[in-house]
Amino acid sequence: MKKDMINLHGYGPSILDGTFITITVSLVSLAISMLLGIIGALAKLYGFAPLRMAAQTYTTVIRGIPDLVLMLLVYFGGQVFINQVAPMVGYDEYIDINPFMAGVSTIGFIFGAYMTETFRGAILAVNKGQLEAGNAYGMSGIQVFTRILMPQMVRHALPGFGNVWLVMVKTTALVSIIGLDDMVRKAGLAAGATRLPFTFYAVVAFNYLVITTISIYVLKWLDTRYSAGVIKA
Amino acid sequence: MFTRLCLKNFDFMDFSIITENFGIYLEGLWNTAQLVSLSLIIGLLMAIPLAVFVTSKNIFVNGPIRAYVYFFRGTPLLVQMFLIYYGMGQFDAVKSSFLWPLFREAYFCALFAFTLNTAAYTTEIIRGAIVATPHGEIEAAKSTGMSRLLMLRRIVLPSAFRRALPAYSNEIIFMLHGSSIASVITIVDITGAARIVNSRFYSPYEAFLTAAVIYLCITFLIVWSIKKLEARWFAHLRPQE
Repeated sequence: MKKDMINLHGYGPSILDGTFITITVSLVSLAISMLLGIIGALAKLYGFAPLRMAAQTYTTVIRGIPDLVLMLLVYFGGQVFINQVAPMVGYDEYIDINPFMAGVSTIGFIFGAYMTETFRGAILAVNKGQLEAGNAYGMSGIQVFTRILMPQMVRHALPGFGNVWLVMVKTTALVSIIGLDDMVRKAGLAAGATRLPFTFYAVVAFNYLVITTISIYVLKWLDTRYSAGVIKA
Repeated sequence: MFTRLCLKNFDFMDFSIITENFGIYLEGLWNTAQLVSLSLIIGLLMAIPLAVFVTSKNIFVNGPIRAYVYFFRGTPLLVQMFLIYYGMGQFDAVKSSFLWPLFREAYFCALFAFTLNTAAYTTEIIRGAIVATPHGEIEAAKSTGMSRLLMLRRIVLPSAFRRALPAYSNEIIFMLHGSSIASVITIVDITGAARIVNSRFYSPYEAFLTAAVIYLCITFLIVWSIKKLEARWFAHLRPQE
Protein backbone atom coordinates (compact mmCIF):
# COMPACT_ATOMS: atom_id res chain seq x y z
CA MET A 1 0.00 0.00 0.00
CA LYS A 2 2.69 2.39 1.10
CA LYS A 3 4.78 1.64 -1.95
CA ASP A 4 1.75 1.97 -4.16
CA MET A 5 1.07 5.46 -2.83
CA ILE A 6 4.47 6.79 -3.78
CA ASN A 7 4.71 5.16 -7.20
CA LEU A 8 3.92 7.95 -9.66
CA HIS A 9 4.16 5.75 -12.77
CA GLY A 10 6.64 8.09 -14.41
CA TYR A 11 4.50 11.19 -13.94
CA GLY A 12 6.76 12.68 -11.28
CA PRO A 13 8.66 15.03 -13.65
CA SER A 14 5.40 16.19 -15.19
CA ILE A 15 4.02 17.12 -11.76
CA LEU A 16 7.29 18.87 -10.99
CA ASP A 17 6.94 20.91 -14.20
CA GLY A 18 3.45 21.84 -13.08
CA THR A 19 4.80 22.88 -9.70
CA PHE A 20 7.19 25.31 -11.38
CA ILE A 21 4.30 26.72 -13.41
CA THR A 22 2.29 27.17 -10.21
CA ILE A 23 5.20 29.02 -8.61
CA THR A 24 5.73 31.17 -11.72
CA VAL A 25 2.05 32.08 -11.89
CA SER A 26 2.10 32.96 -8.18
CA LEU A 27 5.20 35.16 -8.44
CA VAL A 28 4.09 37.01 -11.58
CA SER A 29 0.63 37.59 -10.07
CA LEU A 30 2.31 38.80 -6.89
CA ALA A 31 4.31 41.37 -8.85
CA ILE A 32 1.18 42.63 -10.64
CA SER A 33 -0.85 42.75 -7.45
CA MET A 34 1.86 44.65 -5.56
CA LEU A 35 2.10 47.22 -8.32
CA LEU A 36 -1.68 47.66 -8.40
CA GLY A 37 -1.73 47.67 -4.60
CA ILE A 38 0.74 50.52 -4.32
CA ILE A 39 -1.04 52.53 -7.01
CA GLY A 40 -4.43 51.82 -5.41
CA ALA A 41 -3.25 52.74 -1.92
CA LEU A 42 -1.65 55.99 -3.05
CA ALA A 43 -4.78 56.82 -5.08
CA LYS A 44 -6.99 56.14 -2.07
CA LEU A 45 -4.90 58.24 0.29
CA TYR A 46 -3.56 61.08 -1.81
CA GLY A 47 -5.50 61.01 -5.07
CA PHE A 48 -8.00 63.63 -6.14
CA ALA A 49 -11.67 62.76 -5.80
CA PRO A 50 -12.39 60.83 -9.04
CA LEU A 51 -9.22 58.79 -8.58
CA ARG A 52 -10.15 58.03 -4.98
CA MET A 53 -13.57 56.92 -6.06
CA ALA A 54 -12.16 54.72 -8.80
CA ALA A 55 -9.86 53.03 -6.30
CA GLN A 56 -12.72 52.60 -3.84
CA THR A 57 -14.93 51.03 -6.50
CA TYR A 58 -12.10 48.75 -7.57
CA THR A 59 -11.51 47.36 -4.08
CA THR A 60 -15.20 47.04 -3.23
CA VAL A 61 -16.30 45.37 -6.45
CA ILE A 62 -13.36 43.02 -6.82
CA ARG A 63 -13.64 41.77 -3.27
CA GLY A 64 -17.32 41.02 -3.85
CA ILE A 65 -16.91 38.71 -6.84
CA PRO A 66 -15.49 35.16 -6.80
CA ASP A 67 -12.05 34.72 -8.37
CA LEU A 68 -13.28 31.98 -10.66
CA VAL A 69 -16.08 34.12 -12.14
CA LEU A 70 -13.65 36.94 -12.88
CA MET A 71 -11.17 34.53 -14.37
CA LEU A 72 -13.76 32.99 -16.67
CA LEU A 73 -14.96 36.48 -17.61
CA VAL A 74 -11.44 37.57 -18.53
CA TYR A 75 -10.63 34.31 -20.31
CA PHE A 76 -13.80 33.85 -22.36
CA GLY A 77 -14.76 37.50 -22.51
CA GLY A 78 -11.25 38.59 -23.41
CA GLN A 79 -11.23 36.05 -26.21
CA VAL A 80 -14.40 37.52 -27.71
CA PHE A 81 -13.28 41.09 -27.10
CA ILE A 82 -9.89 40.69 -28.76
CA ASN A 83 -11.38 38.98 -31.77
CA GLN A 84 -13.90 41.76 -32.18
CA VAL A 85 -11.36 44.51 -31.77
CA ALA A 86 -8.51 42.99 -33.79
CA PRO A 87 -10.28 43.14 -37.19
CA MET A 88 -11.10 46.79 -36.58
CA VAL A 89 -7.42 47.63 -36.32
CA GLY A 90 -6.67 45.55 -39.36
CA TYR A 91 -5.70 42.18 -37.92
CA ASP A 92 -7.73 39.41 -39.46
CA GLU A 93 -6.45 36.19 -37.96
CA TYR A 94 -8.19 34.51 -35.05
CA ILE A 95 -6.36 35.22 -31.81
CA ASP A 96 -6.27 32.66 -29.02
CA ILE A 97 -6.03 34.15 -25.58
CA ASN A 98 -3.20 32.64 -23.64
CA PRO A 99 -4.41 31.00 -20.41
CA PHE A 100 -1.20 32.08 -18.68
CA MET A 101 -1.86 35.74 -19.47
CA ALA A 102 -5.54 35.45 -18.58
CA GLY A 103 -4.77 33.67 -15.30
CA VAL A 104 -1.93 35.90 -14.20
CA SER A 105 -3.68 39.15 -15.05
CA THR A 106 -6.92 38.11 -13.33
CA ILE A 107 -5.20 36.89 -10.18
CA GLY A 108 -2.96 39.95 -10.11
CA PHE A 109 -5.96 42.21 -10.63
CA ILE A 110 -7.99 40.53 -7.87
CA PHE A 111 -5.24 40.50 -5.29
CA GLY A 112 -4.26 44.03 -6.21
CA ALA A 113 -7.48 44.99 -4.44
CA TYR A 114 -6.43 43.16 -1.28
CA MET A 115 -2.93 44.62 -1.52
CA THR A 116 -4.45 48.09 -1.83
CA GLU A 117 -6.13 47.65 1.54
CA THR A 118 -2.99 46.17 3.10
CA PHE A 119 -0.74 48.96 1.84
CA ARG A 120 -3.25 51.65 2.72
CA GLY A 121 -3.31 50.46 6.32
CA ALA A 122 0.48 50.23 6.39
CA ILE A 123 0.93 53.76 5.06
CA LEU A 124 -1.51 55.08 7.63
CA ALA A 125 0.45 53.32 10.36
CA VAL A 126 3.60 55.29 9.62
CA ASN A 127 4.03 58.22 11.96
CA LYS A 128 2.76 61.30 10.15
CA GLY A 129 5.22 63.61 11.88
CA GLN A 130 8.10 61.79 10.18
CA LEU A 131 6.63 62.44 6.74
CA GLU A 132 6.18 66.10 7.66
CA ALA A 133 9.74 66.20 8.92
CA GLY A 134 10.86 64.85 5.55
CA ASN A 135 8.94 67.60 3.80
CA ALA A 136 10.38 70.18 6.16
CA TYR A 137 13.88 69.07 5.19
CA GLY A 138 12.98 69.90 1.61
CA MET A 139 12.73 66.33 0.33
CA SER A 140 10.62 65.82 -2.75
CA GLY A 141 7.50 63.67 -2.58
CA ILE A 142 9.33 60.76 -4.17
CA GLN A 143 12.19 61.09 -1.72
CA VAL A 144 9.82 61.07 1.24
CA PHE A 145 8.19 57.98 -0.24
CA THR A 146 11.37 56.00 -0.86
CA ARG A 147 13.39 57.14 2.16
CA ILE A 148 10.84 57.45 4.93
CA LEU A 149 7.53 55.88 4.00
CA MET A 150 8.63 52.69 2.23
CA PRO A 151 11.18 51.36 4.74
CA GLN A 152 8.71 51.76 7.58
CA MET A 153 5.52 50.67 5.89
CA VAL A 154 7.09 47.33 4.96
CA ARG A 155 6.97 46.31 8.60
CA HIS A 156 3.32 47.22 8.95
CA ALA A 157 2.40 45.69 5.62
CA LEU A 158 4.14 42.34 6.18
CA PRO A 159 1.41 40.48 8.14
CA GLY A 160 -1.31 41.44 5.67
CA PHE A 161 1.02 40.87 2.75
CA GLY A 162 1.80 37.39 4.03
CA ASN A 163 -1.88 36.51 4.27
CA VAL A 164 -2.57 37.76 0.76
CA TRP A 165 0.38 35.78 -0.61
CA LEU A 166 -0.75 32.56 1.09
CA VAL A 167 -4.30 32.95 -0.22
CA MET A 168 -2.98 33.83 -3.66
CA VAL A 169 -0.79 30.72 -3.96
CA LYS A 170 -3.85 28.61 -3.31
CA THR A 171 -5.94 30.63 -5.76
CA THR A 172 -3.51 29.79 -8.56
CA ALA A 173 -5.05 26.30 -8.53
CA LEU A 174 -7.94 27.87 -10.45
CA VAL A 175 -5.80 28.42 -13.55
CA SER A 176 -6.06 24.68 -14.13
CA ILE A 177 -9.74 25.26 -14.94
CA ILE A 178 -8.93 27.56 -17.86
CA GLY A 179 -6.45 25.02 -19.18
CA LEU A 180 -3.07 26.19 -17.91
CA ASP A 181 -0.76 23.25 -17.18
CA ASP A 182 -0.18 23.98 -13.50
CA MET A 183 0.30 21.10 -11.07
CA VAL A 184 -3.41 20.59 -10.46
CA ARG A 185 -4.08 20.06 -14.16
CA LYS A 186 -0.98 17.91 -14.56
CA ALA A 187 -2.23 15.80 -11.69
CA GLY A 188 -5.61 15.54 -13.36
CA LEU A 189 -4.03 14.33 -16.59
CA ALA A 190 -1.86 11.82 -14.72
CA ALA A 191 -4.85 10.66 -12.69
CA GLY A 192 -6.85 10.07 -15.84
CA ALA A 193 -4.09 7.98 -17.38
CA THR A 194 -3.25 5.91 -14.31
CA ARG A 195 -6.65 5.84 -12.56
CA LEU A 196 -4.96 6.93 -9.35
CA PRO A 197 -6.61 10.31 -8.68
CA PHE A 198 -6.15 10.24 -4.93
CA THR A 199 -2.44 9.60 -5.19
CA PHE A 200 -1.80 12.45 -7.59
CA TYR A 201 -4.01 15.00 -5.89
CA ALA A 202 -2.41 14.05 -2.57
CA VAL A 203 1.02 14.75 -4.08
CA VAL A 204 -0.23 18.13 -5.28
CA ALA A 205 -1.71 18.90 -1.86
CA PHE A 206 1.64 18.01 -0.30
CA ASN A 207 3.43 20.35 -2.72
CA TYR A 208 1.11 23.19 -1.77
CA LEU A 209 1.82 22.47 1.90
CA VAL A 210 5.56 22.65 1.21
CA ILE A 211 5.16 25.98 -0.61
CA THR A 212 2.99 27.51 2.12
CA THR A 213 5.24 26.20 4.91
CA ILE A 214 8.36 27.63 3.32
CA SER A 215 6.50 30.91 2.73
CA ILE A 216 5.51 31.10 6.38
CA TYR A 217 9.13 30.69 7.49
CA VAL A 218 10.40 33.26 5.00
CA LEU A 219 7.70 35.71 6.12
CA LYS A 220 8.68 35.14 9.74
CA TRP A 221 12.30 35.83 8.90
CA LEU A 222 11.36 38.99 7.00
CA ASP A 223 9.24 40.09 9.94
CA THR A 224 12.14 39.79 12.36
CA ARG A 225 14.39 41.63 9.94
CA TYR A 226 12.07 44.54 9.38
CA SER A 227 11.09 44.74 13.03
CA ALA A 228 14.69 45.26 14.08
CA GLY A 229 14.74 47.97 16.70
CA VAL A 230 11.04 47.71 17.49
CA ILE A 231 10.25 46.96 21.11
CA LYS A 232 7.68 44.19 21.35
CA ALA A 233 5.66 43.42 24.44
CA MET B 1 -11.74 55.66 -31.20
CA PHE B 2 -11.77 53.68 -28.00
CA THR B 3 -15.23 54.80 -26.94
CA ARG B 4 -16.50 53.89 -30.35
CA LEU B 5 -15.01 50.45 -29.99
CA CYS B 6 -16.58 50.09 -26.59
CA LEU B 7 -19.95 51.24 -27.82
CA LYS B 8 -19.80 48.93 -30.77
CA ASN B 9 -18.82 46.22 -28.41
CA PHE B 10 -21.67 47.05 -26.11
CA ASP B 11 -23.91 46.48 -29.05
CA PHE B 12 -22.92 42.85 -28.97
CA MET B 13 -24.19 42.48 -25.45
CA ASP B 14 -27.62 41.08 -25.50
CA PHE B 15 -29.13 40.72 -22.08
CA SER B 16 -32.33 39.18 -23.44
CA ILE B 17 -30.34 35.93 -23.29
CA ILE B 18 -30.20 36.39 -19.55
CA THR B 19 -33.82 37.32 -19.01
CA GLU B 20 -34.91 34.34 -21.10
CA ASN B 21 -32.67 31.97 -19.20
CA PHE B 22 -33.03 33.45 -15.77
CA GLY B 23 -34.44 30.16 -14.52
CA ILE B 24 -30.99 28.59 -14.73
CA TYR B 25 -29.56 31.38 -12.59
CA LEU B 26 -32.32 30.94 -10.04
CA GLU B 27 -31.54 27.23 -9.85
CA GLY B 28 -27.88 28.18 -9.45
CA LEU B 29 -28.68 30.69 -6.74
CA TRP B 30 -30.63 28.05 -4.85
CA ASN B 31 -27.77 25.53 -5.08
CA THR B 32 -25.17 28.09 -4.03
CA ALA B 33 -27.28 29.23 -1.09
CA GLN B 34 -27.80 25.63 0.00
CA LEU B 35 -24.16 24.59 -0.32
CA VAL B 36 -22.81 27.68 1.43
CA SER B 37 -25.29 27.81 4.28
CA LEU B 38 -25.16 24.08 5.00
CA SER B 39 -21.38 23.95 4.97
CA LEU B 40 -21.12 27.08 7.11
CA ILE B 41 -23.58 25.79 9.72
CA ILE B 42 -22.09 22.29 9.96
CA GLY B 43 -18.58 23.75 9.82
CA LEU B 44 -19.30 26.15 12.67
CA LEU B 45 -20.83 23.38 14.79
CA MET B 46 -17.70 21.29 14.21
CA ALA B 47 -15.35 24.18 14.80
CA ILE B 48 -16.56 25.16 18.28
CA PRO B 49 -15.60 21.91 20.04
CA LEU B 50 -12.46 21.59 17.91
CA ALA B 51 -11.37 25.10 18.91
CA VAL B 52 -11.95 24.29 22.58
CA PHE B 53 -10.00 21.03 22.35
CA VAL B 54 -7.14 22.56 20.40
CA THR B 55 -6.41 24.86 23.33
CA SER B 56 -5.83 21.74 25.45
CA LYS B 57 -2.25 21.22 26.57
CA ASN B 58 -2.35 17.48 25.86
CA ILE B 59 -0.52 16.94 22.58
CA PHE B 60 -2.61 13.86 21.76
CA VAL B 61 -5.68 16.07 21.85
CA ASN B 62 -4.40 19.20 20.13
CA GLY B 63 -1.95 17.43 17.77
CA PRO B 64 -4.50 15.79 15.43
CA ILE B 65 -6.65 18.93 15.32
CA ARG B 66 -3.63 21.06 14.54
CA ALA B 67 -2.66 18.69 11.71
CA TYR B 68 -6.20 18.81 10.32
CA VAL B 69 -6.32 22.61 10.41
CA TYR B 70 -2.83 22.84 8.93
CA PHE B 71 -3.72 20.61 6.01
CA PHE B 72 -6.99 22.30 5.13
CA ARG B 73 -5.62 25.81 5.49
CA GLY B 74 -2.46 25.02 3.54
CA THR B 75 -3.99 23.48 0.43
CA PRO B 76 -6.42 24.89 -2.17
CA LEU B 77 -10.10 24.13 -1.77
CA LEU B 78 -10.13 22.94 -5.38
CA VAL B 79 -7.56 20.22 -4.61
CA GLN B 80 -9.47 19.19 -1.49
CA MET B 81 -12.63 18.84 -3.53
CA PHE B 82 -10.84 16.82 -6.21
CA LEU B 83 -9.31 14.57 -3.55
CA ILE B 84 -12.79 13.73 -2.33
CA TYR B 85 -14.73 13.69 -5.61
CA TYR B 86 -12.20 11.94 -7.84
CA GLY B 87 -9.93 10.47 -5.19
CA MET B 88 -12.31 8.40 -3.09
CA GLY B 89 -13.10 6.07 -5.98
CA GLN B 90 -9.52 4.88 -5.90
CA PHE B 91 -10.12 2.91 -2.72
CA ASP B 92 -12.01 -0.35 -2.96
CA ALA B 93 -12.83 -0.07 0.72
CA VAL B 94 -14.81 3.11 0.03
CA LYS B 95 -16.30 1.77 -3.18
CA SER B 96 -17.71 -1.30 -1.51
CA SER B 97 -18.93 0.47 1.62
CA PHE B 98 -22.37 1.94 2.26
CA LEU B 99 -20.82 5.42 1.83
CA TRP B 100 -20.18 4.99 -1.88
CA PRO B 101 -23.61 6.21 -3.05
CA LEU B 102 -22.80 9.44 -1.20
CA PHE B 103 -19.25 9.89 -2.47
CA ARG B 104 -20.41 9.24 -6.01
CA GLU B 105 -22.58 12.36 -5.84
CA ALA B 106 -20.89 15.60 -6.87
CA TYR B 107 -23.18 17.58 -4.58
CA PHE B 108 -22.27 15.58 -1.50
CA CYS B 109 -18.54 15.72 -2.30
CA ALA B 110 -18.65 19.50 -2.71
CA LEU B 111 -20.58 19.89 0.53
CA PHE B 112 -18.16 17.55 2.32
CA ALA B 113 -15.08 19.41 1.06
CA PHE B 114 -16.56 22.85 1.82
CA THR B 115 -17.59 21.80 5.32
CA LEU B 116 -14.20 20.37 6.23
CA ASN B 117 -12.52 23.46 4.77
CA THR B 118 -14.60 26.05 6.55
CA ALA B 119 -14.48 24.05 9.79
CA ALA B 120 -10.68 24.22 9.68
CA TYR B 121 -10.59 27.98 9.08
CA THR B 122 -13.28 28.61 11.69
CA THR B 123 -11.44 26.48 14.24
CA GLU B 124 -8.42 28.70 13.81
CA ILE B 125 -10.53 31.87 14.09
CA ILE B 126 -12.26 30.74 17.29
CA ARG B 127 -9.02 29.38 18.74
CA GLY B 128 -7.44 32.79 18.29
CA ALA B 129 -10.42 34.41 20.00
CA ILE B 130 -10.35 31.96 22.92
CA VAL B 131 -6.63 32.43 23.48
CA ALA B 132 -7.17 36.21 23.55
CA THR B 133 -9.64 36.01 26.45
CA PRO B 134 -8.54 38.60 29.03
CA HIS B 135 -6.87 36.93 31.97
CA GLY B 136 -9.00 38.79 34.48
CA GLU B 137 -12.24 37.33 33.13
CA ILE B 138 -10.98 33.80 33.71
CA GLU B 139 -9.70 34.64 37.18
CA ALA B 140 -13.05 36.19 38.05
CA ALA B 141 -14.88 33.11 36.83
CA LYS B 142 -12.58 30.83 38.81
CA SER B 143 -12.88 32.91 41.96
CA THR B 144 -16.66 32.65 41.87
CA GLY B 145 -16.21 28.88 41.81
CA MET B 146 -17.40 28.11 38.31
CA SER B 147 -16.59 24.69 36.92
CA ARG B 148 -14.55 24.56 33.71
CA LEU B 149 -17.60 23.77 31.61
CA LEU B 150 -19.69 26.52 33.14
CA MET B 151 -16.85 28.99 32.70
CA LEU B 152 -16.55 27.96 29.05
CA ARG B 153 -20.26 28.38 28.46
CA ARG B 154 -20.81 31.61 30.33
CA ILE B 155 -17.53 33.50 30.09
CA VAL B 156 -15.04 32.22 27.53
CA LEU B 157 -17.22 31.35 24.54
CA PRO B 158 -19.54 34.38 24.56
CA SER B 159 -16.67 36.81 24.66
CA ALA B 160 -14.70 34.74 22.16
CA PHE B 161 -17.60 34.82 19.69
CA ARG B 162 -17.66 38.60 19.90
CA ARG B 163 -13.97 38.80 19.14
CA ALA B 164 -14.29 36.22 16.35
CA LEU B 165 -17.16 37.90 14.51
CA PRO B 166 -15.16 40.26 12.23
CA ALA B 167 -12.84 37.46 11.09
CA TYR B 168 -15.76 35.07 10.75
CA SER B 169 -17.64 37.45 8.49
CA ASN B 170 -14.64 37.31 6.16
CA GLU B 171 -14.82 33.54 6.29
CA ILE B 172 -18.48 33.62 5.27
CA ILE B 173 -17.63 35.71 2.22
CA PHE B 174 -14.66 33.52 1.36
CA MET B 175 -16.92 30.49 1.52
CA LEU B 176 -19.47 32.15 -0.77
CA HIS B 177 -16.75 32.93 -3.27
CA GLY B 178 -15.02 29.59 -2.82
CA SER B 179 -18.24 27.75 -3.53
CA SER B 180 -18.02 28.89 -7.16
CA ILE B 181 -15.62 26.01 -7.82
CA ALA B 182 -18.49 23.56 -7.31
CA SER B 183 -19.29 24.36 -10.94
CA VAL B 184 -16.12 22.49 -11.92
CA ILE B 185 -17.57 19.18 -10.78
CA THR B 186 -20.83 19.54 -12.74
CA ILE B 187 -22.89 21.28 -10.03
CA VAL B 188 -25.17 24.03 -11.34
CA ASP B 189 -24.45 26.81 -8.86
CA ILE B 190 -24.44 30.48 -9.90
CA THR B 191 -21.11 30.07 -11.70
CA GLY B 192 -22.32 26.80 -13.18
CA ALA B 193 -25.39 28.57 -14.55
CA ALA B 194 -23.15 31.20 -16.14
CA ARG B 195 -20.99 28.51 -17.70
CA ILE B 196 -24.04 26.80 -19.17
CA VAL B 197 -25.35 30.05 -20.62
CA ASN B 198 -21.90 30.91 -21.98
CA SER B 199 -21.42 27.57 -23.70
CA ARG B 200 -24.95 27.53 -25.07
CA PHE B 201 -24.99 31.05 -26.54
CA TYR B 202 -21.28 31.89 -26.64
CA SER B 203 -21.97 35.07 -24.73
CA PRO B 204 -19.28 35.35 -22.04
CA TYR B 205 -19.96 38.97 -21.02
CA GLU B 206 -23.63 38.56 -20.38
CA ALA B 207 -23.26 35.18 -18.73
CA PHE B 208 -20.41 35.96 -16.34
CA LEU B 209 -21.33 39.60 -15.65
CA THR B 210 -24.75 38.44 -14.51
CA ALA B 211 -23.15 35.89 -12.19
CA ALA B 212 -20.77 38.56 -10.90
CA VAL B 213 -23.64 40.92 -10.12
CA ILE B 214 -25.55 38.20 -8.27
CA TYR B 215 -22.48 37.36 -6.17
CA LEU B 216 -21.89 41.04 -5.51
CA CYS B 217 -25.46 41.47 -4.25
CA ILE B 218 -25.17 38.46 -1.94
CA THR B 219 -21.84 39.74 -0.62
CA PHE B 220 -23.33 43.15 0.16
CA LEU B 221 -26.30 41.49 1.83
CA ILE B 222 -23.97 39.44 4.04
CA VAL B 223 -21.80 42.43 4.93
CA TRP B 224 -24.90 44.46 5.79
CA SER B 225 -26.36 41.70 7.99
CA ILE B 226 -23.10 41.24 9.84
CA LYS B 227 -22.98 44.97 10.52
CA LYS B 228 -26.46 44.74 12.04
CA LEU B 229 -25.35 41.77 14.13
CA GLU B 230 -22.21 43.56 15.24
CA ALA B 231 -24.26 46.56 16.32
CA ARG B 232 -26.32 44.23 18.50
CA TRP B 233 -23.44 42.21 19.91
CA PHE B 234 -21.25 45.20 20.60
CA ALA B 235 -24.07 47.42 21.92
CA HIS B 236 -22.45 47.51 25.36
CA LEU B 237 -19.20 48.82 23.87
CA ARG B 238 -20.76 51.76 22.07
CA PRO B 239 -19.80 55.17 23.44
CA GLN B 240 -22.58 56.52 25.64
CA GLU B 241 -24.44 59.57 24.47
